[in-house]
Amino acid sequence: MEFFHAPNIDWMGKAKYFATLSACLLIIGGVAAFMHNGLHYGIDFKGGAMVIVRFSSAPPISQIRAALDAAGLKNNEVTSSSDISNANSKNDVMIRVEQGSEGEDALNAAKATIVSALEKNFGAPSSSNPDFNSVVTTDLANYLTRRDPLVLGTAAGDRYTQVAQALIDARDKNHGGIVADFSELSNVSGVTPAVIDALKSGYSLNRFSITESQVVGPTVGAQLRRQAILATLYALAGMLIYVAIRFEWIYGAAAVIAVFHDVLITLGFFCLFYNKFEISLTVIAALLTLVGYSMNDTIVIFDRVRENLRLMRREKLSVIINRSINQTLSRTILTSGLTFLTVFLLFVFGGQVLRSFSFAMVVGVVVGTYSSFGIAAPIVVIWNKWRGQGVTAPVASSADKRAERRLAEARR
Amino acid sequence: MNQNLKWKAIFILIVVLICFYGLFGLPSFPTSWSQLVDNFSSRMQLGLDLRGGSHLVLQVQVQEAIGTHCDQTHDELIDQLHKQNITVGEVDRLSNTQILVKNVTPSQTGAFQSLVQDQFPDFGVGPAPGEQSGFLLTMKPTVVSDIEQRTMDQSLDTIRRRITGLGLKEPNVAPTGRGQDEILVELPGEGDPTRAKQVIQAGGQLKFQLVLDDNAYPSEAAALAAHSGVLPQDSQLLPGTSATGDQSGGQVWWLLSRAPIITGADLRDANPGPNPQQPGFYEVHFSVSTAAAKRFGPFTGSNIGHRMAVVLDNQVQSAPVINGRIDDQGEIEGNFTQDSAKDLSLILNAGALPASIKYIEERTIGPSLGADSIREGVQASIASLIAVWIFLMVYYRLSGINAVVALLLNLIILIAFMAISGATLTLPGIAGVVLTIGMGVDSNVLVFERIREELRNGKANPSAVDIGFDKAFLTIIDTHITTLVSAAFLFLFGTGPVKGFAITLTIGLLANLFTSVYVSRVIFDWHLSRMGREAELSI
Repeated sequence: MEFFHAPNIDWMGKAKYFATLSACLLIIGGVAAFMHNGLHYGIDFKGGAMVIVRFSSAPPISQIRAALDAAGLKNNEVTSSSDISNANSKNDVMIRVEQGSEGEDALNAAKATIVSALEKNFGAPSSSNPDFNSVVTTDLANYLTRRDPLVLGTAAGDRYTQVAQALIDARDKNHGGIVADFSELSNVSGVTPAVIDALKSGYSLNRFSITESQVVGPTVGAQLRRQAILATLYALAGMLIYVAIRFEWIYGAAAVIAVFHDVLITLGFFCLFYNKFEISLTVIAALLTLVGYSMNDTIVIFDRVRENLRLMRREKLSVIINRSINQTLSRTILTSGLTFLTVFLLFVFGGQVLRSFSFAMVVGVVVGTYSSFGIAAPIVVIWNKWRGQGVTAPVASSADKRAERRLAEARR
Repeated sequence: MNQNLKWKAIFILIVVLICFYGLFGLPSFPTSWSQLVDNFSSRMQLGLDLRGGSHLVLQVQVQEAIGTHCDQTHDELIDQLHKQNITVGEVDRLSNTQILVKNVTPSQTGAFQSLVQDQFPDFGVGPAPGEQSGFLLTMKPTVVSDIEQRTMDQSLDTIRRRITGLGLKEPNVAPTGRGQDEILVELPGEGDPTRAKQVIQAGGQLKFQLVLDDNAYPSEAAALAAHSGVLPQDSQLLPGTSATGDQSGGQVWWLLSRAPIITGADLRDANPGPNPQQPGFYEVHFSVSTAAAKRFGPFTGSNIGHRMAVVLDNQVQSAPVINGRIDDQGEIEGNFTQDSAKDLSLILNAGALPASIKYIEERTIGPSLGADSIREGVQASIASLIAVWIFLMVYYRLSGINAVVALLLNLIILIAFMAISGATLTLPGIAGVVLTIGMGVDSNVLVFERIREELRNGKANPSAVDIGFDKAFLTIIDTHITTLVSAAFLFLFGTGPVKGFAITLTIGLLANLFTSVYVSRVIFDWHLSRMGREAELSI
């Protein structure tokens, strides 16, 4: 089976269109980034709010995540969690979300958004009454004193405080912190049907309650962030130097420029489709992968160019490059096609958490393949033309010549 | 099959066996299926994002660090007042931030104030309420918040280093809470975090102090009685276990010179090692910095025959007799097990915590990526891998099987080396695997396309395979080395997840060079040796 047989496309003749296309993509991405207020650091880098929610039954993690997404809390982290010293906490869920700004108000805002998102999905309280599952003893005692279901009048004393305490204890110790029905509390000492009625008319019961909330700092501190960026830049420099040694420095420069081009366009697409680009560890992993992929693709073509330069000494560089791209086209389509297939399946079926990773990969594979012939190769041609070396460009170290002789012998 | 090919096949088989052993054979050789599964799951170290772990919140006692600064200032102030002959009444440390100086001689008020302003700029000086000629020194708020910040930064740093040193890879360490004094520590894995907690919490303040009275006292009272109730100036009594090293561990008290000879800050390196005198026990070998050795050498030289106490967190670990001059190497003996000796060296190497810490919460957490999405991700990856394999077999026919074998072997080697080296697999690591697979597919495609090209040019099967591999090899080497170079930089300068990416990528690429060039070639040669010269190569 074969897809391409001896294609003959004038790639370098289309360099103008490629340049226009790339410029358009970069501008669109840039505008999208600007309009949506650009690149953000995610929770990993910036920190955010951490809220622990206790559920009455085993929590549906993916449903919670979807609920938060729908409420605009993108980039959330939802995981099961239980307190080692508290047996009631086995249905706890730890939710981490980003916070608009720092401070108490932002934390409360995040908390409120989480509660409303969860209520929308797990049943809002039947009335606007406060939630019994998150009430504290003093509030409950005050309420009972006001309602006076035991008709004690002024002789109540601290009786209602005791009842409230007994109710809260029963909720937290016997019912795992969550009461599903007020009738569960009827055998608590001091509780009469009148008290239960008072509770019913004054409180609602949620399937969940927030047990804890706090601000969490970044897990990737400023220093680690700097190190990650530096490491990437050093890695790019290392690749430039290696390619420069194996080929010529312009080849290394062209490959690195193409990589930058790919990263920028991928970031642009992120802003376009996701409104904002959250820099998280996941996305950084995707970008590193994309850098590796794009580099690989460019080097395969350059390698063929180097080989053809020796075989076709009299040809123009642009002809040689065209020929090299055409010769490797079958391989390019296959490899890119298969890689694209892989990441596309991951994007569609890989679940919501991996989506930002696979999205970056899907865009990255396409752009990384395109930039090899659309950006990197034309840069080499244009550079050599500009230097007046458009006719031939010798690239051959002595080691290459030896390899060439060996190949020639093998061919005979 | 010719001899050469046979040896190559045996070599490949050995590599595969080693991989299977690394995956399933450790820590003890499996005799049952469940043991095999246990081995596998204990070898594969998954990170917080894939498996979850422990979630600890601890509180740094920042006030302690402020208090220590106040203590030091208090002592220094008394010292300086003596030196400058300024007569004052009592000097009291009122709180963590306040020092009260009573009855400053009126004629020396100016001298006192300028002393404080010049020598103790961290404190503001003002009249003391209710005192005639007293002054109240208050630590400036900027200094307080400065110390708080520094204490937190140092604690974060030290805790991070201690945990990393434990071999728990890719932990999360982050500031947390509203009080600005809490630290969140998340450790991957479901194991008991007790040991990690001990190591995090340990103080790690090491001092070497001269023992003043060569024999230990059975109690504090006995020591006081021997000095008729008053301890000599600049001395201190510290508890320790009896010097003979017996296991009963009866508590004894040592009278030590207060000023340390060297401290933990002077250590260059500490390592655990077996104790030659007590088989089965361990000790910690240390070496001190060059600057400290200049003090340590002469001091030990002139104190031969005396005891020197090794004091860790105000507890005498051992008090050996100095037998000769020690310059820059020594041992800390105590009843250490292998683990506790290792932990102590770790703590000494990572430095001391600036303040003590308290645990306020301990939870277990599920994988941060969510168990559901991990399952979906794994399913999607397996599906796409199978799709790629089917395509390769359709497109390259029999040779496609060759590529499938190479890719499968690549994955096995990659996972096995991750297991053997104990590297933690996290999502960025998986990204490295994805890139490896992509480049693995590419290597095979490069080779096959080249062979097809040579066949089209009319070459015979063996020489087409030969030239195809030769030419594609140059390209494969270039792409792989370029990526390896970048992985090396990412490993050297990156941290945590970036490092994880670099590790899997490096192992994967090396495995890929082996499988798609060496193994694939052997399979081709084997196939060629079995088929007729004129038969068509299935590619």
